[in-house]
Amino acid sequence: MSGLLRIIVQRLLLGLVTLFVVSIIIFVAVNALPGDFAEAILGQGATEEAVTAIREQLGLNQNAFTRYATWLGGAVRGDLGVPLSQALFAGNFGTTATGTDVITVVDQIIPRLKNTLFLAGVSAAIAVPLAVTLGVLTALYRNSAFDKAMNVSTLSAISSPEFFIAYILILFLAVLNPVFPSLSNIFPGMEFSERLNRTMLPALTLTLAVTAQMMRMTRAAIINLLASPYIEMARLKGLSPMRVIVKHALPNALAPIITVIALNLAFLVTGVVVVEVVFVYPGIGQLFVDSVKIRDIPVVQACCLIFAAVYILLNLTADILSIISNPRLRHPK
Amino acid sequence: MTLLYLALFAAVLFGVAYVFRLVGRSATGNAPFFRDMPFGVAYGYMLAAFLLLFGIYYYLKPVDLEGVPQAGVMFFRWAVQGFIMFAAAAFVFRLIFRNVGTEGTKKLFRSMPLTAAFGVMIIIAYAFVSIFAGLIAPYGQEEILGAANIVPGGNPAMGGNPEYPLGTDQIGRDILSRLIYGAQNTVGIAFVTTCLAFFIGGSLGFLAATLGGWLDQLLSRAVDALMAIPALIFALLLITIATAWAGSASWQVTIYMIFIIAIIDSTRVFRLSRAVGLNIVVMDYIEAAKLRGEGLGYLVFREMLPNAYAPLLAEFGLRFCFVFLTIASLSFLGVGIQPPLADWGTMVRDLSQFINFAAFAPNVAVAPLLAAGAIALLTVGVNFVVDWMLHKSSGLKE
Repeated sequence: MSGLLRIIVQRLLLGLVTLFVVSIIIFVAVNALPGDFAEAILGQGATEEAVTAIREQLGLNQNAFTRYATWLGGAVRGDLGVPLSQALFAGNFGTTATGTDVITVVDQIIPRLKNTLFLAGVSAAIAVPLAVTLGVLTALYRNSAFDKAMNVSTLSAISSPEFFIAYILILFLAVLNPVFPSLSNIFPGMEFSERLNRTMLPALTLTLAVTAQMMRMTRAAIINLLASPYIEMARLKGLSPMRVIVKHALPNALAPIITVIALNLAFLVTGVVVVEVVFVYPGIGQLFVDSVKIRDIPVVQACCLIFAAVYILLNLTADILSIISNPRLRHPK
Repeated sequence: MTLLYLALFAAVLFGVAYVFRLVGRSATGNAPFFRDMPFGVAYGYMLAAFLLLFGIYYYLKPVDLEGVPQAGVMFFRWAVQGFIMFAAAAFVFRLIFRNVGTEGTKKLFRSMPLTAAFGVMIIIAYAFVSIFAGLIAPYGQEEILGAANIVPGGNPAMGGNPEYPLGTDQIGRDILSRLIYGAQNTVGIAFVTTCLAFFIGGSLGFLAATLGGWLDQLLSRAVDALMAIPALIFALLLITIATAWAGSASWQVTIYMIFIIAIIDSTRVFRLSRAVGLNIVVMDYIEAAKLRGEGLGYLVFREMLPNAYAPLLAEFGLRFCFVFLTIASLSFLGVGIQPPLADWGTMVRDLSQFINFAAFAPNVAVAPLLAAGAIALLTVGVNFVVDWMLHKSSGLKE
């Protein structure tokens, strides 16, 4: 067990190092902005005082290393700065944006991150059981008409852009048959059932996008094992095909299945951008795209860091779970 | 309430499936097909039969109820007709190439499943349209014509105009022409980007595999770090910066976008080509070539590349789909290919509000779906071909 613990700690440290490198990449990328950042955002009509105020505000008069250290230090303490829209306002009116009533980046992101996690959670709750069940069924009835139909439809679902699936769902489930609302305007203090109802269409879109991948991997992982001697043995014992697959093949196929599920969950959290924009869902993806459009760099930076952190964390989880589920990986030769 | 009906339906189907198996057993004198049928399979057959019957019933419902168009039925008919049409076209296409062409292609098409034939047909059609877009399109892509918001369908009674078979958009540009030019712009840019990604990622990957040592370590760690940021997010971050660089010259954003996506995707290509290259480098013929004193260029291009051909080609197809979808998504979000150029992602976004009119004017709602469907059709086609290629090269029979 201590060996396992050591592996987990090792992976976590590796993840931290990766996150650190990612933060450097993000910082360098943002600092590749041309000219002075303050001038760039204020435009040509800016007064000298306004530019100086913004520079002070953002600490642009310091060197790059100090700025990076300040940013990273702030990020570790949970302070990601002030959105430019706020800083801009403060700069133009000669006040500072450090007062008590200022909305910081964290204030903006936290509620939206919660919404996004809720959306991803709902989609995962539908997608994972569905994908594993369908994967087992297609492996069981492989090469039947059912399997072939599933193969064609899942390939189509994987390759369609998310907004295509989203609009098809809107067309059939919101416009022609008003089952769910096509706009997911969620606000705090909403009843859970109402919230679920409004989240349903984006969740279904994401479900369609990830189920296909997970199902195909489940099917492939199980079929891969069917040539093994112990499966042959189980078959010769006279077990039913369903029992052979669920009891004998599935536990051994767990490692690749878990990996693909974790990877798809990572996709759920990061791939929500387009879906959130289509359904006007107030999540972090929507915030990210809006900030990209108005070039609100502190928010873009922060969102990027959070997305990367979630992505790395889920990949790590995939790694660790597959090691736990496969004793052979626990004792590498 | 809906849930109650669904439960009731499931229960009824349960009974029907039981009766079906029972009747089957007694009617065929306990034939093995029915004797060994688990209940779940019987249920599946009944469900499929029910869906088929319901589909036929729904298809035959009247399109017009006392002057009110039944939008649901119309969309269902269009979907079914489209599906049958494509399947038939793919079948005819395969039939033609089974009998025409060289021995090699004839043999290839004989072993091809219908889905792969469909994919090949789609790819050829898209390539043709995107190369000859200027000749096929009835109007220019930026040309603003007489009236805005003409309904697709070309039926004057429903607000259409036969001169613009797919209607015009909100500022009066012909949608058909823009769709055709969109093939040139979107597919062309995606293709160029993929080629660039393959050039960068492929050559660096092979180099890392051949030379090894510190170069390999450096490149691999750099790629690891770049891959830790989700692709679409990283692309959006870099494009934010690129728009600041480009200033008011919006065409520059498109150029920057090509390079940004090419570099992000080249990390994935690097991984694959390095892995494939490592397997080849240890072969005897590479050793022999090295002993002959061949240079690095000869090793990579004449010895390694031909042997890595199959996995790289399949990866090219998949990578193209990813790049294509990324570009379409970026354009859909409004930061990809910039306006005067016709582009499918932008078209979907611009026309998307028309979908809300679907209930009483089905023709109007088609416009945004056409552009989105054009994207989906190509990626589905490419994926079908890649799936078939991978299946063939892996030699999986079961």
